Amino acid sequence: MENRIEQIKRDIAVELESVNDSKALYELKTKYVLNKVGIIPALMKELGKAPKEDRPRLGQIINALKDWASEVFAEKEKGIEEVERKARYQKEAVDITMPSKRTEVGTLHPVTLIKNELVDVFAGMGFRVVETREIEDDFHNFTALNTPQEHPARDKQDTFYVSDDFMLRTHTSPGQIRSLTTIKPPFKVLIPGRVYRADDDATHSPMFHQMEGLVIDKNITMCDLQGMLDVLVKKMFGEETKTRFRPSFFPFTEPSVEVDVSCFECGGKGCKLCKGTGWIEILGGGIVNRKVLENCGVNPDEWTGFAFGLGLDRIAMLKNGVNNIHILYDDDVRALKQFKD
Amino acid sequence: MLAPLSWLKDFVDIDVTVEELEKRLFDSGFEVEQVIAYGDKLDKVVTCKILEITQHPNAEKLRVCQVDAGSYGKLQIITNAQNVKVGDIVPVAVDGATLATGDRIFNGKLRGEDSFGMFCGGEEIGITDDYYDGASSDGVLVFHDDFPLGAEVRDLLGLKDYVFDISVLANRPDCQSVVGIAREIACALNKPFKEPDLTFNAVSGKYENIKVSIKDTELCPRYIAHLIKDVKIEKSPKWMSRRLALCGLNSINNIVDITNYVLLEMGQPMHAFDLDNVENNEIVVRRAETNEKIVTLDEKECLLNSENLLICDGVKPIGLAGIMGGLNSEIKDETNTVLFECAKFKRDNIRRSARTLGKSSDSSKRFEKGVDEYTTERAMKRALHLVDLLKAGVVTDVDVDCSAFKEQENREVSTTFAKINGVLGIEVPKDTIVDILTRLGFGVTVDGDNIKTVAPPYREDVEGYPDLAEEVIRTYGYEHIKPTLLKDAVITAGGFSKEQQNELKVKKALVNLGYSEAMTFSFYSKKDVSALHLSEGDDEANAIIIGNPISDNYEVLRRTLVPSMLKVVSSNVKKGNMQGRIFEIAKAFIPKSLPVSDFPIEKRHLAIATFGGEDDFFTLKGVLEELASVFRVNLDLNTRAEKTYLHPGISAKIIVGGQEIGAFGQVSYETAAEFDIENKVFVAELDYDALAEFFTVPFKYKNLPKFKNVERDLALVADEKVTCAEIEAVIKSACKNNVESVRLFDVYVGEQVGEGKKSMAFSVTFKAGEDKPLETADVDGFVKRILGSLQHRLGVSLR
Repeated sequence: MENRIEQIKRDIAVELESVNDSKALYELKTKYVLNKVGIIPALMKELGKAPKEDRPRLGQIINALKDWASEVFAEKEKGIEEVERKARYQKEAVDITMPSKRTEVGTLHPVTLIKNELVDVFAGMGFRVVETREIEDDFHNFTALNTPQEHPARDKQDTFYVSDDFMLRTHTSPGQIRSLTTIKPPFKVLIPGRVYRADDDATHSPMFHQMEGLVIDKNITMCDLQGMLDVLVKKMFGEETKTRFRPSFFPFTEPSVEVDVSCFECGGKGCKLCKGTGWIEILGGGIVNRKVLENCGVNPDEWTGFAFGLGLDRIAMLKNGVNNIHILYDDDVRALKQFKD
Repeated sequence: MLAPLSWLKDFVDIDVTVEELEKRLFDSGFEVEQVIAYGDKLDKVVTCKILEITQHPNAEKLRVCQVDAGSYGKLQIITNAQNVKVGDIVPVAVDGATLATGDRIFNGKLRGEDSFGMFCGGEEIGITDDYYDGASSDGVLVFHDDFPLGAEVRDLLGLKDYVFDISVLANRPDCQSVVGIAREIACALNKPFKEPDLTFNAVSGKYENIKVSIKDTELCPRYIAHLIKDVKIEKSPKWMSRRLALCGLNSINNIVDITNYVLLEMGQPMHAFDLDNVENNEIVVRRAETNEKIVTLDEKECLLNSENLLICDGVKPIGLAGIMGGLNSEIKDETNTVLFECAKFKRDNIRRSARTLGKSSDSSKRFEKGVDEYTTERAMKRALHLVDLLKAGVVTDVDVDCSAFKEQENREVSTTFAKINGVLGIEVPKDTIVDILTRLGFGVTVDGDNIKTVAPPYREDVEGYPDLAEEVIRTYGYEHIKPTLLKDAVITAGGFSKEQQNELKVKKALVNLGYSEAMTFSFYSKKDVSALHLSEGDDEANAIIIGNPISDNYEVLRRTLVPSMLKVVSSNVKKGNMQGRIFEIAKAFIPKSLPVSDFPIEKRHLAIATFGGEDDFFTLKGVLEELASVFRVNLDLNTRAEKTYLHPGISAKIIVGGQEIGAFGQVSYETAAEFDIENKVFVAELDYDALAEFFTVPFKYKNLPKFKNVERDLALVADEKVTCAEIEAVIKSACKNNVESVRLFDVYVGEQVGEGKKSMAFSVTFKAGEDKPLETADVDGFVKRILGSLQHRLGVSLR
């Protein structure tokens, strides 16, 4: 029996040598080790017929053979699996340069993106967003904002009228009046929205977007306006950005300033974007005119404030390198898709 | 506003460079848009005297001249000019010269003969007859002055000048003049301002009396007339026509030029009438009658109405007030007696008249910006001074000042230094404040912390201490403002409101679903509305119309966004973008009454469109459902819509909480064709504000089921009229607590199911109860119950 065991061991080793796929290995395993039919389990059964005194020794030898066989088979199996998996990988390999199966996401409009970005900055300074009417009356759009009856801004030429007394707002500034007459000071509001002017040419769109800001509190000064702007431009255009005030005129602020930022394209050296000046105009603002407060029933000796207005389209264009305002309203899907956020 | 440097220097001693002046003006609020340099290019064009002229040996038309060019020596110049003779002093561009045109001149040979330069005419020097007699003639300019030889022509003729093109803010009409800008420069440079000379000699004598009456003092608060006798109409002196030319005005004659000169210098439009044409020596300022006519200086007839102001004589109109004189009273060569007019007209009236009559002039443009009455009187004096200076006529003492003018009240501001600095947020020293305001022409009285100021009479814009603060800081310099971050302000919470966040959430959901946000105009054309083929009584037809549209394309203030979406689709398709998905949230405007007599209702609408690609009615339906699911809102999208612009068989109402808030579906073929769209387009539009009312359901996490769900497929045969929704409803109600979801996954119509029938395959997901898992027997029971119910209620059977 011992000789047979030795022979089996040699046979396994030889036969295993020629096995190189999992099927042949399985067959070999069946032949030698599978319960009931395998040669090794059969040896175990034969053990009963061996002389009693030989049994423990033979049993040990057979068990050793069993252990050895399962070890070599496992080893062989591992090797074959490895080879076969490798082959499978090779077989399944694809041309990864083939086109993707892509679910395209949409985009927010560049004006919305800029609005959100600005709101983020201002929210941190305590400004909340208020949206007000687009059709306004003379009082809110002009009179309460201290725009004199004779002011050219009132020209029918520039304003879309829907009747003698009602018009599409020409700026977001009537939102100042609506805030002052409905919100108890102190407050800080941002009023973004659509505005309309009867102008349609290469650089003007009859509809565009502005964002008004208004702070009403005690002892508000030009320094506060400057401080807020510094935060704004650094966040929007980079830490290096500088601001510059220059005198301006709006009926609803006094003093009034135009605010320039150092050109973020050339850093102030002068380029095409800033027309060689090194500065880019981004907004107008000033200290709220006392008359505006009076017109809204707010005591100008008690409350002060600053207001500013900026063109969302303009900033969206500057930041994204859009050189024509009409691109924003043409809604060409090829253009819109570029504004992935 | 154009201001030549040489003219400004009449009133202030400017000792800084052009660049520095530009910066100082900018800092004080006067942006210089452009500096136009004159005569700066002209170089090495010098005077020379012609000593000898001989015929060119090789060219019949050329002559060889020997000239004396002073320090440049004796030169030989070849010329083709025939108008020069020996002894003439002419300009010559010597080797290395630059002409006014920018062209360079170098030594060269002409037909074999050396030429050491080129003779110049007016064009090469950059001047015309207005500046130097003979400069407009062809050929070489021959000087009629005894100029030294070898001298730069640029310096001899005073050609070097800079004209500042300044943008003046709307609240500073007083600076729409050379004098006004000079005053600002004087302050900025801290130099004295030299007042213009207003003196003149009035000859008294027996002259006709002039009568002036103003019938409408609102439109004409002041009218000053002054009589000039023995007028000699001549050309103006060169210095005057040169200055007018620098500011873009042509020289006409001495009298007209004086009025234009005063307009530019003082900022007050003037007019000169030939008194012979002023009947009864009377001036009447009145509104025009309806359909009254006048022929103006440009020989055009204007048809007037009572909104137009006229200057009339005793009989007829002789001028359109503030805009243009009448042809019947213009200054002619033989004019002998002139009546000067200096008046203040109401600015918006002039602006409106100029616009409606389509007639704009330097005068009307100036009046539109605002003229102060103080200047009106001074301007007349300045004009009379110039008449004297030019010896253009004899200034009489006949004048009429017809005026409702009174010294402007409230020019006084009493305040404190603290208040002024309180606006600025910095401490500008008291004496600096006093100094700046004084330099700006304010009368200043200081009493401790109190300061009282009287604004100069031409400053009608100063009303309170914030104005003083602005005057101080724009002179002191905005660079002194130091940033503070709302240091005294109360802390407030910022950001979007819940409602605004929701809107953004909707937008982001649509973006995730592959839709891009579009922004379209709030108005469109009547044609865009008619393309919807609306029925009478449809809400969409009842829209607000813009009274003064700039184009037919922007006439209707929209109350539906559908045409806007279709226009976007149309323009994309036309550009070859065959596929796209867009949406917009924007206001629709709903009139409470027409014409508008109250604030219209403004409602946000959401519009979605998809064209090209694989999308269909059901994709759009899915988009709406997914969108609603973001807010845990259930939409009912199973009722057919009746919109004229939607496919009657492929459209549905959008219903929420039993309320119809919109519709969606395939755009009707008629409407699509109106927008030149050939392929299928699917749109949805809904009242976003109405939908948002339902966004309030608070979110709360639902525990996941303990036991797994079991799915069963049911292939059913139904009458073709039975809808999917009906079957779904029956399945759900048959086992209320155990059906998690029902999903149709296949529909088949054909021979195998028989005429008038369809096969529908549903996948039903069952869920277990809280206490035990689903066994096969349970599910079999559910299916049996469902099938029974389907058979009983809808006649639907298992296939």
